[in-house]
Amino acid sequence: MTTMPPTSSAIPLGPTEDAQPKPHARRSVGKALLSNGATRWGGGVLLILVFMAALAPWLNTIDPTAIDPGSSNLLPWTHGEFTSLSGETQSHLFVLGSDSLGRDIWSRALYGARVSLVVGLAVTALAVAIGLGFGLLAGYFRRIDGVLMRVMDGVMAIPAILFAVSLIALFGGTLPVVVFAIAVPEIPRVARLVRSVVLGVREEPYVEAAIALDTPTWLVLVRHILPNAIAPLIIQATYVCATAILVEAILSFLGVGLPAETATWGNIMAEGRSQFNQYPHNVLAPGLLLALTVLSVNVMGDGLRDVLDPKFNKRKG
Amino acid sequence: MVAFLLRRLAATLPVLCVVALIVFLMTRLSPGDPAAAIVGDNATTENLQRVRSNLGLTQSLPVQFVKWSWKLLHGDLGESFFTKRPVTELIGQRVEPTLALAGLTLVLTVLIAVPLGALAAWRHGGVLDRTLMSFSALGFSIPAFVTGYCLIWLFAMKLQWLPVQGYVRIGEGLLPWLRNLALPATTLSIVYTALIARVTRAAVAEALTEDFIRTARAKGVGEWRVLMRHALASAAVPIITVIGIGVALLIGGVVVTESVFAIPGLGSLTVDAVLSRDFPLIQGITLFFSVIYVLVNLVVDLCYLVADPRIRY
Amino acid sequence: METQRELSAEVILSVRDVTIALPPGADRTNAVENISFDIRRGQTVCIVGESGSGKSVLANAIMGLLPAGVTPVCGSMKLLGRELIDATQRELRRIRGSSMAMVFQEPMTALNPVMTCGEQIDEMLSHHSNLGPDERRSAVLKIMDRVRLPEPERVYRSYPHQLSGGQRQRIVIAIALILRPGLVICDEPTTALDVTTQAEILDLVSELQRENGTAVMFITHDLGVVADIGDEVVVLRLGEMVERGTSEEVLGHPQHPYTQMLVDAIPHVSTQGRPHIPSRSALLEVKDIKKTYVSRNWFGGRREVHALEAASFSIQSGETLGVVGESGSGKSTVARCIARMIEPTSGNICLDGRDVTHLEGRDLSDFRRTVQMIYQDPYRSLNPRRTVGESIIEGAVNFGASRTQAWERAERLMQLVRLKPESLRRYPSEFSGGQRQRISIARALACEPKLLIADEAVSALDVSVQAQVLTLLGEIQRATKVAILFITHDLRVAGQICDRVIVMHRGRIVEEGPAREVLLDPKDAYTRQLIDAAPGRDFTFGRTPDLNGLAAT
Repeated sequence: MTTMPPTSSAIPLGPTEDAQPKPHARRSVGKALLSNGATRWGGGVLLILVFMAALAPWLNTIDPTAIDPGSSNLLPWTHGEFTSLSGETQSHLFVLGSDSLGRDIWSRALYGARVSLVVGLAVTALAVAIGLGFGLLAGYFRRIDGVLMRVMDGVMAIPAILFAVSLIALFGGTLPVVVFAIAVPEIPRVARLVRSVVLGVREEPYVEAAIALDTPTWLVLVRHILPNAIAPLIIQATYVCATAILVEAILSFLGVGLPAETATWGNIMAEGRSQFNQYPHNVLAPGLLLALTVLSVNVMGDGLRDVLDPKFNKRKG
Repeated sequence: MVAFLLRRLAATLPVLCVVALIVFLMTRLSPGDPAAAIVGDNATTENLQRVRSNLGLTQSLPVQFVKWSWKLLHGDLGESFFTKRPVTELIGQRVEPTLALAGLTLVLTVLIAVPLGALAAWRHGGVLDRTLMSFSALGFSIPAFVTGYCLIWLFAMKLQWLPVQGYVRIGEGLLPWLRNLALPATTLSIVYTALIARVTRAAVAEALTEDFIRTARAKGVGEWRVLMRHALASAAVPIITVIGIGVALLIGGVVVTESVFAIPGLGSLTVDAVLSRDFPLIQGITLFFSVIYVLVNLVVDLCYLVADPRIRY
Repeated sequence: METQRELSAEVILSVRDVTIALPPGADRTNAVENISFDIRRGQTVCIVGESGSGKSVLANAIMGLLPAGVTPVCGSMKLLGRELIDATQRELRRIRGSSMAMVFQEPMTALNPVMTCGEQIDEMLSHHSNLGPDERRSAVLKIMDRVRLPEPERVYRSYPHQLSGGQRQRIVIAIALILRPGLVICDEPTTALDVTTQAEILDLVSELQRENGTAVMFITHDLGVVADIGDEVVVLRLGEMVERGTSEEVLGHPQHPYTQMLVDAIPHVSTQGRPHIPSRSALLEVKDIKKTYVSRNWFGGRREVHALEAASFSIQSGETLGVVGESGSGKSTVARCIARMIEPTSGNICLDGRDVTHLEGRDLSDFRRTVQMIYQDPYRSLNPRRTVGESIIEGAVNFGASRTQAWERAERLMQLVRLKPESLRRYPSEFSGGQRQRISIARALACEPKLLIADEAVSALDVSVQAQVLTLLGEIQRATKVAILFITHDLRVAGQICDRVIVMHRGRIVEEGPAREVLLDPKDAYTRQLIDAAPGRDFTFGRTPDLNGLAAT
């Protein structure tokens, strides 16, 4: 057989070692977000819109539901007079013109922004909360997975608009119903996303180590598995928000959303569509605002994805 | 192959059951009395009772569900409250325009979006890539009806190249059919092209970072073939997935577009049904679209089989 | 090795003073600096280095496959006299495959998953030659036969995922060699394979090289492989060439301290016996455990996978038992059963005389302290979002210690594994692979277990780091009398640190006994096969007396 070489002493362990931080420390997430062009642009525009909506009463607005047939169909940037039903008159700059009932479109648009933003946020919060819960449970517990995913598949099979429309037709067009109706079809997508993250992380050795260390299941979920889902969830949340704002507008436009007197962008456009030929500003002005809002949310989502995308971070090890 | 088809069909049954259950529960659990809606103003207690037992509303919920499902399986979707005609008949009348619109949109979208996305991924970070990303964000941010109205204003009113609204059956000539569908199909496909091009770009860019691309280059294979035969073929699964999802979203988009362009399809039927609170009709259309969605998923799964040999059920 | 003949053979690849720069922000300026060597016809030059030495960058540079930002800044690389450094992509595409080819490390990811294997080989021919489809097909089948693939016709139609690891690597070799290039670069081609498969592939490469006279550049970190197939060796460390020479010179009497360290770190059966363990009642007894995985599909069909079939063994306190086997042998399954991460289908596991096979609830919690595991991949064993300290104290806190107590214990443990206690507040990403593995050991020890299961705990580490961790484990065992179940596929490592060894094959134990006996005098045919397949076993490493020096006196 082989002759054994004289054994040198085993490699001696050196003195205690220190950690080896990388030459350039990882930039904090906050800084990365602030320097990303997309998040700056999208977030900035969104912030402006939020301020405008919040400060609506002080930005040259009048009661969005007040009608004045005498000032109907004024073009944008018209200085006119507004006579309310009680007889009071005031001079007013119709920044975006007025609709066929004499309502100031600028006022309606700003108050409509409130509706859109509130709906967007509420839907997102609801869909994310429920989707997160479902996704965690389905990803971690195999027995729950089968049943829950079939139900999610079923909900996904029903077209979102039809689902929302049916719910509103049945339960009325109030704000909570609208929020619920728009949120439910978004839940399966969020749940699927969280579920796939959980399925991936579940196999990692550090999760197994935590179980071997007798960490209780709920703590394993919260401490070791959940943090991996936060980044994809935030990115998905922005897209859910954008969709929610769009869907609310579509529902109002079709006449099946919030009641017609309420100022929402969809309602303004629905009201103005019959006179599109002569007075396109009725439709185009709120339409552009809507597009701008949704665009800024989407762009912000893109920026968030560029910064938070786990694929980037995976390479760093 | 046949075994696979049977297995997949069997797997869709639970989903269809869930759909049926959801649709059934939605209407039965609503506040307000459907009987009152039918009887109208001259409601006496006997009238209401009679209508209720006619509609089967006096029996327990599970029994109602079973009876309703039984009728469903026999193709009986009930009668529309409003027009008193069978729901199936109404759907049948309006299917063609919707199918035509959806089909044309789908073809247009795939033909434009997939090559665009692939090329953008190839020249990652280049001019095409950045332009595509910007325009696609715009594309799925502007709602279809806004785009629709803009297009109508430009092409139908100002330039007068295309008709403003309406639909012409294909039987009456290919060109008029196309002319009427051009604007609506373009409107819809802007949104879906944006979505599919994005996903294609991401999938192809991801595929291009895989090890086997390095192997292909190490073989001395030309860049074009690397893109087409290696990267795109491997990215087929996510692309097919998003096209499937696109079809599902298309159904929603169709509703809005038909409303804007006054096309007498299922979308506008839905809007009418909702505005008139015609529950059986709403139910019927929802079920119809859900079944279509499930069938589309089946086709998508079949495509997976062809595209990725690793997938075997 | 016939050095005389080789010196007169034609030079295929000539590398002179090559320096390749890395993009700004990397951990050093240059990936490789001032590398020079030649490869002649029929010769194998091994490039040896640990991770981060730059050996893969060198290979990619020769093939012209460097990523953006990594560029050669000076020197020359000539293939058959033609300069490669400033060649255009177009020129490179023509020579790739026909004059030079590459064999990669991971055959699963190196092959296109949606193309048949035959088509992937055929692509070489269709791209570089003018043969018609029939001629190409027969050429492909011929080379598939040449690389010893069974049933070439069937394999032609198969997809990569339908073949085994060894078969996939043969396809990659077929792709590389079908056009008989002058130079073949092999980048750690056998690292991901079982040891018996590795031996087959190495044989195949040598055979094909002899047949075609190919020059081979073989990148590896395994000095045993170098001993078996290398004519010349180039040792790289952090991008610098520290030693170069024939394999006898470099491996037999290495000059540079780094090379000496590498040679010393090669695991081998220890000559002095290990301290004798007085036999007393066993700490852990495993009797006849079986594990069968059953999968049912839709139409009532069943598939049974017998991961473990009736395995029995025991360990005593203070003992290190090695479990050696290739992939699929059941060694990981047995570890998971003992750690109660999965339940055996039948059989018993007794710890300290108590049957722990079917514990639940409170009893299971108590049991968990006594058995802890260390995992293979140091980069995935620690939660990247929690500080190292938090990870270490997690177990102790679960078992009732207060945070302060647990933290103090963690500090002591960090010192035990030779890391500064202050770095408890740092995150795993700030530590190297070897350091992370030591932190995992500290985490396991925090619960004061009686049995430590090391599941391929050193397989993913560089050889020098591996030696450190093994020494550490030995020290810990001497101090705490903990029993260690050491799972590995590397017989040499088992021989170095284990008291007893069991060899597993397809879910069964085929041999068992004291380490020296099993490794130096195996009784079972499979064990003998494993030992024969270990690369470099016939070589005399270390600092053998310099024959020239002796002769001079």
